[in-house]
Amino acid sequence: MKLDSKVPGGHLSEKWDNHKDALKLVSPKNKRHFSVIVVGTGLAGASAAASLGELGYKVINLCIQDSPRRAHSIAAQGGINAAKNYQNDNDSIWRLFYDTIKGGDYRSREANVYRLAQVSNAIIDQAVAQGVPFAREYGGYFANRSFGGALVSRTFYARGQTGQQLLLGAYGALMRQVDEGNVRLFPRREMVDLVVINGKARGILARNLITGELETYMADAVILATGGYGVAYFLSTNAINSNASAVWRAHKKGAFFGNPCFVQIHPTCIPRSGDYQSKLTLMSESLRNDGRVWVPLKKGDKRHPNDIPEEERDYYLERKYPTFGNMVPRDVASRNAKMVCDEGRGVGETGMAVYLDFRDAIRDFGRKTIEERYGNLFEMYKDITGEDAYEVPMRIYPAVHYTMGGLWVDYNLMSTVPGLFVLGEANFSDHGANRLGASALMQGLADGYFIIPYTIADYLAGTQLEKVTEDNEAFKEAKEEARSRYEKLLSVKGNKTVREFHRELGDILWNKVGMSRNEQGLKEAIEEISKLREEYWNNVRVAGEMNTMNKNLEMAGRVADFLELAELMAIDALHRTESCGGHFREESQTPEGEALRDDENFSYVAAWEFKETGKWEMHKEDLKFEFVTPTQRSYK
Amino acid sequence: MEKKKLTIHLKVWRQKDADSKGKFVSYTVNDVNPDMSFLEMLDVLNEELIKKDEEPIEFDNDCREGICGMCGSVINGTAHGPQSGMTTCDVRMRMFKDGETIVVEPFRARAFPVIKDLAVDRSALDRIMSKGGYTSVRTGGVPEALSLPVPKPNADEAMDMAACIGCGACVAACPNASAALFVGAKVSHLALLPQGRPEAARRVERMVAQMDEEGFGACSNHGECEAVCPKEISITAIGRMRREYLRAMFK
Repeated sequence: MKLDSKVPGGHLSEKWDNHKDALKLVSPKNKRHFSVIVVGTGLAGASAAASLGELGYKVINLCIQDSPRRAHSIAAQGGINAAKNYQNDNDSIWRLFYDTIKGGDYRSREANVYRLAQVSNAIIDQAVAQGVPFAREYGGYFANRSFGGALVSRTFYARGQTGQQLLLGAYGALMRQVDEGNVRLFPRREMVDLVVINGKARGILARNLITGELETYMADAVILATGGYGVAYFLSTNAINSNASAVWRAHKKGAFFGNPCFVQIHPTCIPRSGDYQSKLTLMSESLRNDGRVWVPLKKGDKRHPNDIPEEERDYYLERKYPTFGNMVPRDVASRNAKMVCDEGRGVGETGMAVYLDFRDAIRDFGRKTIEERYGNLFEMYKDITGEDAYEVPMRIYPAVHYTMGGLWVDYNLMSTVPGLFVLGEANFSDHGANRLGASALMQGLADGYFIIPYTIADYLAGTQLEKVTEDNEAFKEAKEEARSRYEKLLSVKGNKTVREFHRELGDILWNKVGMSRNEQGLKEAIEEISKLREEYWNNVRVAGEMNTMNKNLEMAGRVADFLELAELMAIDALHRTESCGGHFREESQTPEGEALRDDENFSYVAAWEFKETGKWEMHKEDLKFEFVTPTQRSYK
Repeated sequence: MEKKKLTIHLKVWRQKDADSKGKFVSYTVNDVNPDMSFLEMLDVLNEELIKKDEEPIEFDNDCREGICGMCGSVINGTAHGPQSGMTTCDVRMRMFKDGETIVVEPFRARAFPVIKDLAVDRSALDRIMSKGGYTSVRTGGVPEALSLPVPKPNADEAMDMAACIGCGACVAACPNASAALFVGAKVSHLALLPQGRPEAARRVERMVAQMDEEGFGACSNHGECEAVCPKEISITAIGRMRREYLRAMFK
């Protein structure tokens, strides 16, 4: 199968407008005859469901939480980028595009990234009209700040709760459509399969998480907005229920998986403490606007940080990258933290942490200003660690945060299964090999508010859609298969819990498919994961029954899928022998230890087609750069 | 430096489903690390139960960093536990004493039926929001963001009100099981902004009507809601809601 990205012709700045003009429309009268399933209610899912409902489509919207307002977009702290240039610092659509494609280390599509920058401004207008309380200055206009990988201040924020406020805006729009009867909402449902009929996505199977029943949902198109797969690592900054099962089920029904090895490890998280730990907590990147990252110059320096004099501190980011300093992109900041810790200069009990110090910022701007900017983050830090970051520097260490990889989609956000669209973090599209801060919120909302409403109309208007009923064999088969999978999980009654398996899988991924990867480690990982998967199906112990609320069974299904996906992540990482963005292959680095791309051989998207468990075929989508020239990224 | 491990006794509400009668069941968890979160302690207990072929305790939770609003238990008689300004997932074991007995119950309210163990149905809150927790704007049909300046104090106060995470602790803590703080916070957030003014009257009328229909009680100014609110939303929200409501009535 030849991958067709459907990127339109013309100059970069005209592509989206030209494309929109060529897309087919569904007449107002006909829209109510089309039904669309949206899985997920995060920024991408809620904005898509609300916008499609407003247009008059019949929308079915599902989420795993008890309310759509709880999707994990809610936890995004720092902000959302837009090319408004309100700060008069010479920002523009071109600069936002350029920073994003460079930040992604030239492993994303020019046309997609440019479109993202183009619609970024409309997102801010939309959110403001919804009543999102962005930070304002005394004149009543916006305050902005800057994020890693940019030299302008283009980030809009609502204290440290920007994701929450944007999500509540989209949630409000969604609930208005629920009230008007255009969207039917099904919370506490988990998608367990995609149903494909005559080669087109026509429905899903979902488990009711209260009764345990398997329910079928039919539609003319299916949208997945189900987020990323960072929870494969067990410990991550993601929510406990974030999972890859929806995309993985779709992958097994024919949707190719793009760049599964591209995982973002976020530099500023609270370090690990013990075995019991269930998740890691992010400290917003915005802290790097004022916090200075350092470790002691000497190895094993156990002095209290405040007793270490200035000349014995190594502000290693400022030293190595004088232009960007503490504001280098996430992948660069994470890798450098790992390097100094590996050298034995890490701090804290475990030696696996670096300092993020606000002493100078408090001295220069006063404690009150710092409190206003980051008060809730400092509180959160204190709640978890018991330490006061106004008095002693924070200790931080990188943690898995976001997955740039995801289901492959074309310019219309449609996967390789006709009628299956994928939005937000769940797709692979806009961030290449590394996502810049404050760009996830931008992408989720761009996809949901401003792209899918146009592109899905083109599909619905231009496709022959046969009548489908619930007694179609495909629905029955999906149901039978899901039922037997759950029954099997419950019947093994082995000696190890789901959590024990999950933690083991996480350790393999973190150590061998984490911040730094090499051929030998990846080969070991592939073997260990496949062995662990085999053991899982023979030795897992799952509690309770199927026909009731059973979170242990839910998790068992998700871990079963992670055990397959993890192998593909390692296979993808092994095949890509170059380093790029967050994918760092030890064999491919510059003399200074920076990621060294190999454009001649790897300037493509690896899109994996599922054959059978443990077997895939790789397809390539070549990346063409007509308007920018890929260079070795430099933040010096 | 090894921290001293704790022994914790628990009395946990177990209830098979909405129709069954529930009861307290006692458990003991040993070797509890004081840095653990309360939910991590329950994870450890659940692992032990699974190994003993007993059903684990069901409790809702998701982000485990105090923002999604999914978790919520009454811990020793207080919604979200002993310390103010926290969600259940924020509670750390260092807040308890070695050998202490902790009583854990679901949020209780007529409008929040128990689903299983500690998990309750809070969909009534979504239905209230569907009646007006928004500005009625279409995607795309909006003015440029700068066209309406918002005075900083209004933006700041609107943010204080918008910080609500919809956890329902205010309802669980209220002797009347009133949702006035929840509704008041949303009404106030949007009433403070020029974008929210055009439909302020319709909003407050419809949201209040739905709140009554869902079986939440009336507010009689106990202030328990403010005391347990993990986002410390001020009870002034309820005052503003009442003013907005009166204004709507006399329109």
